[in-house]
Amino acid sequence: MADTTRKAARPVLPAAPAGPQRAPAPRGARLSRRLTPWLFLIAPLALLLTFTYAPIANMVAYSFTDWDGVSPELTYTGIGNYTELLTRSELFEVFFVSGYYLAASVVQIVAALYFATVLSFDVRFRNFFKGVLFFPYLINGVAIGFVFLYFFQDGGTLDSVLGLFGVETDHAWLGTPFSANTSLAGVSVWRHLGLNFVLFLGAIQSVPGELYEAAEIDGASRWQQFRHIIAPGIRPVLSLSVILSVSGSLSVFEIPYIMTGGATGTETFVIQTVKLAFQFNKTGLASAAAVVLLLIVLAVTWVQRRIVPDEKVDLV
Amino acid sequence: MNRRKVLAGSIAALALLASACTGTGGSAEGADAEAPADPSEVKGSLTVLTHRTDLVQDGTMKKYAAEFNRTYPGVKVEFDALTDYEGEVKIRMNTEDYGDVLMIPAVIEKKDYPKFFASLGGEAERSAKYRFTDYSTVDGKVYGQSPLGVVPGFVYNKRVWSEAGVTDWPTTPAEFLDDLKAIGSRTDAVPYYTNFKDMWPLTQWTNVNGSVGCDPAATTELAEGDPWAEGADLRVADTLLYDIVRGGLAEKDPTTTNWEASKPKLARGEIATMWLGSWAVVQMRDAAKRAGTDPADIGLMPFPAQKDGAFCAVTSPDYQQAVNVHSDNKAAARAWIDWFTDESGYAGANLALSPLKDAPLPEVLKPYEEAGVKLLDLDDAKGAEVKSLDNRSEVGIYKPDYRQDLVDLARGARKGDLDGFLGDLTKRWAEARKSLEP
Repeated sequence: MADTTRKAARPVLPAAPAGPQRAPAPRGARLSRRLTPWLFLIAPLALLLTFTYAPIANMVAYSFTDWDGVSPELTYTGIGNYTELLTRSELFEVFFVSGYYLAASVVQIVAALYFATVLSFDVRFRNFFKGVLFFPYLINGVAIGFVFLYFFQDGGTLDSVLGLFGVETDHAWLGTPFSANTSLAGVSVWRHLGLNFVLFLGAIQSVPGELYEAAEIDGASRWQQFRHIIAPGIRPVLSLSVILSVSGSLSVFEIPYIMTGGATGTETFVIQTVKLAFQFNKTGLASAAAVVLLLIVLAVTWVQRRIVPDEKVDLV
Repeated sequence: MNRRKVLAGSIAALALLASACTGTGGSAEGADAEAPADPSEVKGSLTVLTHRTDLVQDGTMKKYAAEFNRTYPGVKVEFDALTDYEGEVKIRMNTEDYGDVLMIPAVIEKKDYPKFFASLGGEAERSAKYRFTDYSTVDGKVYGQSPLGVVPGFVYNKRVWSEAGVTDWPTTPAEFLDDLKAIGSRTDAVPYYTNFKDMWPLTQWTNVNGSVGCDPAATTELAEGDPWAEGADLRVADTLLYDIVRGGLAEKDPTTTNWEASKPKLARGEIATMWLGSWAVVQMRDAAKRAGTDPADIGLMPFPAQKDGAFCAVTSPDYQQAVNVHSDNKAAARAWIDWFTDESGYAGANLALSPLKDAPLPEVLKPYEEAGVKLLDLDDAKGAEVKSLDNRSEVGIYKPDYRQDLVDLARGARKGDLDGFLGDLTKRWAEARKSLEP
């Protein structure tokens, strides 16, 4: 590693007097050699600091103030926002809504795993089906929200499709909390299935082909192949997907925000935070809520890693 | 390990720096924007921030600017139209660069006006000529002026209402409900449309405040009393909305409503009524022209409540124009606001109430005049207090949430009853007031 950087450094810094024949470089040259990688990193690091870490640091700083988001005055309130947040239990009731999305993500992972396994074998039109499954993930989440609004409308796409099969429903799909959350979670599954699917497919295809051949010669069924070759082979990816799903379920935002705006019991923690910040001008409290959500997601991930440690997989 | 410490240290330093940055501004606090004495002397270029993207796109604002230049030839006016006006201006106001003239965003607290805007003059002097001055008065000085005023009301399709056999405006909520029932049974129209999904139409219901009790001090009562006490204006309004939805007189699926689509529907008579305001009549008539129906079918009626045999309707301002306190062209900016308010004809073009006190009523409000509807200018001295109570309590009388919950309650999509629901609002309102008391 160090060798490659040294080679790369030479043409960039012609001022360095280091001749190729001299083994120990003078001090200046050594310094510039050590500096070179950092010079290359300036641009990405500056971007990272400006657009990722500075806003986070800012948010943490706001969470200790009573800032309303626009006033030039703000006062330091210590941990006041955190105490308010933790003593108002109704602010955490919205996590029940995450339950719908958590349940949906189980369906999503199972479905993705099923499709990935089926399409990893030699099936007709497999590339076409891969495209069909992955395509929704490429669409912008806001656009999906608008499209599905028409889908669930009274007399909309869903009703007409059901009508074709002779099912006449007069159901308002977004009308009750249960129905609305289930519908929204369904949209979320439709959208995110593709990502899980591609991750699984990639992992399955990285399993050496001769293992399947050997298994087939030994007379293993498709289920046995899945159980003993595929499942252990994709375990790291599977556990990654679970982490992503859990943190995703806790921080659902765009689909319910666009489609219902959090009405009819579909408010999630992030929607609630946005409303605190931009409707009720409690930027300080909302920042604290965002920090708490970050901590919750980190904690859940940590617990999960403790329960299911990431073991090295060795198939061969 | 060492490197990590350095990184953590620099992040902490950044955090301090960032929080220090937000504390700037306000150095020019208390400046005045005086009207120029000689129009031909005023020089400079203006940037006007506006929410009327439609008028900027179709060139109407350019025409206003050209007209303005006839009197003030030395001023160059440019418009910056923002689709998400509130959101974008709020963020820009963290800097000093937020145009020369702008509409005061709703999020700015009244007490902060002197930090952001230059004063247009004293309250006593301005209120003699203009409406709505007290909406932006801080310590006797006025900081903004609305170029037009609106009057809330039910926008309705006259043809549908008369088909159902109703010709007179209902005078009580009960009568109004009976009329909606008649529309429901005798016509194919949806008697009332909530526009639930688009949210902001539901917030319009707060404008009922003042119409029931016919009291110019209605805003003060919100700040000092219980808005959901028996017989209070907001309780009457919320109960009517509840009864409309409860009685099945609203659209079948409120969760997928569509504002743009609702306009032609009202024009064609598929929807009979919506609670909006005088400003909506123009849009509905446009929709009627496009749908090929008679624009004259669109009417406006006051809230069904009378005091001493007369209807009352409150007037309320639109966005108020103000001068950026950091502007280098305050005289030119002031000239624009004065010209736009007094001479542009903007209010007339929008069929709205003129901000000038002595101007005649617009054509849309002629039926109000004929029916003897009393127009009330609400006293907004406690307006700022109501806003901070609203935010503190998280009730949101100027936000859609609680009315969405109310509609859900009425539809049976939420557990509870009306009294309990309104009682909870009362409780939160009172608690917020207690916490705001020093």
